Amino acid sequence: MSVGWAQKVPALRRKTEFRLMMSGMALIINLASFRGCAAEPGIHRRRALLIWRRRRLWILGSPSAPRNEDAVSHPDHDRSTRPGKGAEVAFGAWLLVGIMTTASATEIPPAERRSGYDTMGAETQAMQRDDTTNPGMLWVQDGADLWEKVPSQAKLACAGCHGDATQAMRGVAARYPAFDERSGGPIDLETRINRCRTDNQSEAPYAQESRELLAVMAYVATQSRGLPITPVPDPRLGAARERGRALFTARMGQLGLTCAACHDDNHGHKLGAATIPQGHPNGYPLYRLEWQGLGSVQRRLRNCMTGMRAEPFAAGSSEALDLELYLMSRAAPLPIETPAVRP
Amino acid sequence: MARTLINVPKSAKPGEVVTIKTLISHPMETGFRPGADGRIKPRDILTEFVCAYDGEEVFRAEMFPATAANPYVSFTLKAERTGTLTFTWRGDNGFDQTETATLNVA
Repeated sequence: MSVGWAQKVPALRRKTEFRLMMSGMALIINLASFRGCAAEPGIHRRRALLIWRRRRLWILGSPSAPRNEDAVSHPDHDRSTRPGKGAEVAFGAWLLVGIMTTASATEIPPAERRSGYDTMGAETQAMQRDDTTNPGMLWVQDGADLWEKVPSQAKLACAGCHGDATQAMRGVAARYPAFDERSGGPIDLETRINRCRTDNQSEAPYAQESRELLAVMAYVATQSRGLPITPVPDPRLGAARERGRALFTARMGQLGLTCAACHDDNHGHKLGAATIPQGHPNGYPLYRLEWQGLGSVQRRLRNCMTGMRAEPFAAGSSEALDLELYLMSRAAPLPIETPAVRP
Repeated sequence: MARTLINVPKSAKPGEVVTIKTLISHPMETGFRPGADGRIKPRDILTEFVCAYDGEEVFRAEMFPATAANPYVSFTLKAERTGTLTFTWRGDNGFDQTETATLNVA
């Protein structure tokens, strides 16, 4: 893109123009929120007015212009700060541009599906490729120990029934979530591992996102590394998969975004400094540098939803499971990369 | 015992410069973050990493609260003889762990 025009304009004027543009965007957003507030006057309206005043202050020039933190990739508040009001306005502007310029969501054809690996930096790619630099391998090795370890109450370790994981668990992660006879719906890897633990080993289930659960998941999923994702063609999963697809294309949250608005229509483009990936869950559980730890696909979904200012699906909820089921079919036939590394 | 990943080349020629890669599982809790209960979590970091080649110190690194969790340290050394490499991490709460690896030079 040519930046010649920008170099000719003095920096101050450019700044003013940008702010004027933003004020237009913010006005649209605020008009919309005022319309919503008008019905119930009182505290909501006063709060909206306050927010508008603050935004106007920023647009017209305030002593400290808020920085545009990456609103989407920080939502866990793990080691991050909350994005400022500037992020809201800029994100809203981005959203409006997105709505105005994008066509209706269409699924990415299988031949054009790309792993998030392809859009990472070379250093992060190298970190994932080498098992002695991939921090996810710390969990995989923990998982290998847990696989062999006989729990206190139980007579058998995982290996006691399943034997050698490199043989028994090969390809399992590539076809999960699978159909569960008992619940009559999909079941994901973590629920399946915990069920084995409660029913066959008489142990308490591992807590969601606990180091142990992630370690066993990572160890199991690593056995499918390099194998293409092959969703179960079970027709009984069809309804859940369709519900997942509906969630993927449904507007949610205060920004009215859909998953598809970014990951179907705008992948490869920039959101802040980050390249928007296609959003395929082909490396979970994965080591995210931002998390400084391993996390499940459901944690990632909660991240995205917080960024969209939607209420995240609860861990283990049916919505999260349906969405995960759809995402896996949407990602086929990409190879499993567990334990992947992502920025 | 924290889990470690250590990558030492299988063999090296005399005088060859080899790359050693180490990774250790550690939370590197900064001492600035509030926990779920709102209280500041106490600092728990590694502060020191030392590599010795047959007892002789060849590499040392200091670590601070800004160092990421699961610190990865990569460095080079000149392979002179077949010998033992010892890797020692020290840190808060009396953390002290030593791992060894053999560097074969032929």
